Amino acid sequence: MPDFLRSNQREVMAVFVLLVLVTFYFATHPSGPSTYVMTIWANQGLILGLAAIAQFFAVIVRGIDLSVGAVMALTNCVASYLVIGTGMEMAGGIVVVLVVGVACGLVNGLLVVYGRIQPIVVTLATASLFVGIALLLRPTPGGVIDYDLADAITLDVLGIPTALVITAVIIGLVWMPLRRTGLGMGLYAVGSSESAAFQSGISVNTIRIASFALGGFFAGLAGLYFSFVTTTGDASIGPNYTLNSIAAVVLGGVLLRGGVGTLTGAIAGAFILKTIGALMFFSGLPPLAQPLIEGLILAAAIAIGGADVLRVKNRLEVFGR
Amino acid sequence: MTTFKRWLPEIDVLIPYAGTVILILAGSFIYPQILGLDYLSQQLQIAAFLGLLAVGATVVILLGHIDLSVPWVLGGAAIISTALVGSGNPTLSLLAIPTAVLFGAGIGVINGFGVAILRIPSMVWTLAVNSMLLGTSVVITGGFNPRGEASETMISLATGEFGGVPLAFCVWMVMTLAISVLLKRSAFGRYVSAIGYNEKATFLSGVSTPKVIIASFAIAGVCSALGGILLAGYANQAYQSMGDPFLLPTIAAVVIGGTSILGGRGSLAGTIGGVLFITLLNSILSVMQISDAWRNITFGAIIIIMLLFQSLRRK
Repeated sequence: MPDFLRSNQREVMAVFVLLVLVTFYFATHPSGPSTYVMTIWANQGLILGLAAIAQFFAVIVRGIDLSVGAVMALTNCVASYLVIGTGMEMAGGIVVVLVVGVACGLVNGLLVVYGRIQPIVVTLATASLFVGIALLLRPTPGGVIDYDLADAITLDVLGIPTALVITAVIIGLVWMPLRRTGLGMGLYAVGSSESAAFQSGISVNTIRIASFALGGFFAGLAGLYFSFVTTTGDASIGPNYTLNSIAAVVLGGVLLRGGVGTLTGAIAGAFILKTIGALMFFSGLPPLAQPLIEGLILAAAIAIGGADVLRVKNRLEVFGR
Repeated sequence: MTTFKRWLPEIDVLIPYAGTVILILAGSFIYPQILGLDYLSQQLQIAAFLGLLAVGATVVILLGHIDLSVPWVLGGAAIISTALVGSGNPTLSLLAIPTAVLFGAGIGVINGFGVAILRIPSMVWTLAVNSMLLGTSVVITGGFNPRGEASETMISLATGEFGGVPLAFCVWMVMTLAISVLLKRSAFGRYVSAIGYNEKATFLSGVSTPKVIIASFAIAGVCSALGGILLAGYANQAYQSMGDPFLLPTIAAVVIGGTSILGGRGSLAGTIGGVLFITLLNSILSVMQISDAWRNITFGAIIIIMLLFQSLRRK
């Protein structure tokens, strides 16, 4: 156990902060820790959590994805046309939505690998492209998602918010196994040192493309889940989620220089951000001061995370970060 | 011969200019008035706003960093300058521009401090600074458009002309020239590129890298503030989130101008080309009166094509 704690320091820290915040939130919430309160909190957290996972897959291989929000907007608009009707139609619609997400990720990955352009610039441009297509589909917000399905996925199972069940499934059944596959190891190898990964026979290009495709898949999932929560399509949801997903992965202990951090951390970071926002809402602070305080807390959290530079013994060590 | 070669611009720098010429020619087939002097000089005026921001962004990107606090440094400078003028006090309104510029420099120093001393990735730190500025402005203005107006000086800087050339364009060019000389002819400029290539090596050769980083971010802050002052003069007011539409085009302009996003390599000459290209592209797309959707798609696609053209040429 001590070994586990030591090697996962950053995630343990993030999860600990999250637990403290959540306890405080439910303890101070005017209507107490009811399933209803938890469900709303978990739904908001999961949307950003999925976006943070998408960002995580870009960041872990030393990239960054500025198109996360745009892919969400696009898949949200696609879902607002397709996730309605009979069971089969909806199942097909969901598949199409996720395929669109993966396709967006592949476009990013191919441009990065074969176009040899930096991820930050590629995704800056593709974000504009994806938002454009989303606007073609939904010039103004509209469309509907099947209410029964949306309810089933955004409410609770036996008192536990479905969103938390989905989070557990993603961590336990997707991430844990993936981490142990060649792809999972490859992600960390490429992120830590591209040349070392290449020399140990890893196909760096394949890993990079796969990582962007996975990112696209989760951004698509984020867009889909957003659709279930709002039951409508809106092309303008992007920018907020892109920036918050970056903040979330950083809070979750994922290093922007690649190779360090886990998907669990990214999700924890997202929930931390959302919990801070929710706490703020019920805190009785003047509403106008809330954005400022949210910004201050974010900056303080990041600065504290960076404060271990003050403890380095050799000044040269700071350049390796 | 070698000195002559050194003065020849690199092809990377010429690409955005070539793109701009192609845009003008292609546009003139659809709308002949695009070739008119009026239209082109108006474009130079509009380009100046983006151009000033891009000057600062170029310096920061040369360092290998990025400044995401542009929108609210711009907005903050606009709010401060218009509020000072709007107070009606002649001394305060005289101080409007210097105060706003100082504000920009101050925020730049905060940005640089986080990046250079606390070693927080610039992308995250400047983002946090941006959201704090947003929050502060919401607290101060109450979320409404702030009251105030632009001074005569600000209006004439933004919309005036000097011998047929827009004054805003002149401001942009003076700033570009000044920073260009600083980058090419001073030790500071060498250090900026050196840090962009390899910060550790630069530090080990005795350069006080934190000072250089902080100064560079301060320059970027001043450029953003100047952009805000001019934009406030142009609109004769400040408004919430006036800077938001400028952030991504600024980065795109710098990168299209041939400056490497990884730092070290690039020039302001290329950035001017990038700014002209993006301004004209936006303008022609809006003259064509196509929908927002197609505007986004074309914008994204053309930027990708430009970037591919640059990176694949470098086999």
